[in-house]
Amino acid sequence: MAEAMGFFTDTTVCIGCKACEVACKSWNQLPARAGGQPEMSGQSYDNTLRLSGNTWRHVKFVEQFDQQYDGRWLMLSDVCKHCVQAGCLEVCPTGAIIRTEFDTVVIQSDVCNGCRSCIGACPFGVIDINEVSGTAQKCTLCYDRMSVGLEPACSKACPTDSIQFGPIEELRKRAAGRVEQLKAAGESRARLYGADPNGPLGGLNAFFLLVDEPEVYGLPPDPGLPSRNLASSAALSAAGAVAVGAVGLVTLRHNRMKDVADAEGERPTRDPDA
Amino acid sequence: MPDTFFTEPPHWRWFIVLYFFIGGIAGGCFFLAALLQLFGRPGDRTIVRTGYYIAIIGVAISGILLVVDLGRPDRFWHMMIQNKTGRPMFKYWAPMSVGVWGLLFFGIFSFLGALGALHADGKVRLGAARRLGERPWSTIIAIGGGIAGFFIAGYTGVLLSVTNRPIWADSSWLGILYLLSAASSAAATLILVARRRRLSEGTSVIDLERFDKYVLVMELVVLLIFLISLGSAARAFLNAWGAVLALIVVGGILAPILIGFGRVTRFRGRALTAGTAAMLVLLGGFMLRIATIFPSEQVRVIGTRVSRP
Repeated sequence: MAEAMGFFTDTTVCIGCKACEVACKSWNQLPARAGGQPEMSGQSYDNTLRLSGNTWRHVKFVEQFDQQYDGRWLMLSDVCKHCVQAGCLEVCPTGAIIRTEFDTVVIQSDVCNGCRSCIGACPFGVIDINEVSGTAQKCTLCYDRMSVGLEPACSKACPTDSIQFGPIEELRKRAAGRVEQLKAAGESRARLYGADPNGPLGGLNAFFLLVDEPEVYGLPPDPGLPSRNLASSAALSAAGAVAVGAVGLVTLRHNRMKDVADAEGERPTRDPDA
Repeated sequence: MPDTFFTEPPHWRWFIVLYFFIGGIAGGCFFLAALLQLFGRPGDRTIVRTGYYIAIIGVAISGILLVVDLGRPDRFWHMMIQNKTGRPMFKYWAPMSVGVWGLLFFGIFSFLGALGALHADGKVRLGAARRLGERPWSTIIAIGGGIAGFFIAGYTGVLLSVTNRPIWADSSWLGILYLLSAASSAAATLILVARRRRLSEGTSVIDLERFDKYVLVMELVVLLIFLISLGSAARAFLNAWGAVLALIVVGGILAPILIGFGRVTRFRGRALTAGTAAMLVLLGGFMLRIATIFPSEQVRVIGTRVSRP
């Protein structure tokens, strides 16, 4: 297996230019929304609003304004996290979702049948159906580019190096250094999200540097695998099946015993067809 | 705020709601028919055959609904066979993968059960069909199909729990709730058919009614536990869906229980019969699936929660 590769996104230097969104769409030949007609969100300076089956990069705008000139603007270029323990891969019933030699998670579009179980399983709301292909799609971390030694399109296009691409171990060291630098400069809230291999989901191969709680950026504070409920839910269902079976047997057994009593000890006949 | 609120809905809507309801009734009907075949009276033969007919029709509709709901229906077989290797596709830890195989096996048992019933009803004249209605084959089909049927009735709730979606993944009680609802809905279906055919003397219809009211009591208890277990995720019901859920509890569960135990016999001058109770149970079972699927589907990625710097 090749070295694990990924993204380190430093949100403190993101300027919201959306060059990453454009580069991603361009390289992956993803269609524009609404046939290319301008579509305003009406609720934000961000008009993309969310990741989808044909938007695999999305620069989130966190607009926090009390009054017209008093506020804060955070930006985060969101993408598939390429979880080390991936919920989508876990539940995919067709085997369409695979882990590559770069430790990234890729959906094979020619295998996926659009059952959508991966959409509900993703703890980050990353995956969605691409209406053109009818299959689930998301960032591949530019598997085709990586396979020939190229950098993913989004990080290549990022003008501030907010999105950095490279071997995960190297990125983690770089990120830790950047957190120290920010703290030394007085930004005490600086923290990494998803960089800990012992953290949730075994760490994220696309991790982030944040300067506030994850929820502020629309990220779950403690993402989990969908299978965490499997054993308890299946056990309860099995217990329910046993209980219902017992109720069925008791009610019908009662009936049979009553028949026996009514027939004064004569065993009722049974029809083999019945 | 629960972590499940940061995820995207899988767009499981009417086809899936219908599958969960019809598949549950099909599985439950086969299970009850099998119980009646093994432990019921000779007079139950008509109900048993009806149960097998409902099962095969239900499983056929279920299969169609599931295939049509796919983004690429032409690739439905990718869930059973790996298209690149030709090997069987099975993940025991993925409920949808297990469910596909469960549905296949249930379909086979339902087909065999229905074939035996058709022969017994004189609709099919085949030596093989005759043997399916005789021991030991009839017993094997009843036991195998009964287990598979109950699996189909219960795995759907587990499937929802094994996601990261609000309500569904915030409790482990959805599987057992769906199973109990399927059992009560199946009993209600058989009761309605038996009443329509005026089957009562010498049959176990009265026992099916008793079975149904006990299962409804269990369902009510589990539904309350389910709602409590949701914790703060129950906020997804703080809208019109909460009112729908309350209606289900009152009209689809509580009312049939009271009718069943003879506590309520008339409503606005009209007599309330076991048939009325069965109709309410069916309606409640259908609405229960709607009221547990759609509220979750309506929660989308919040994006960025506003907080003060």
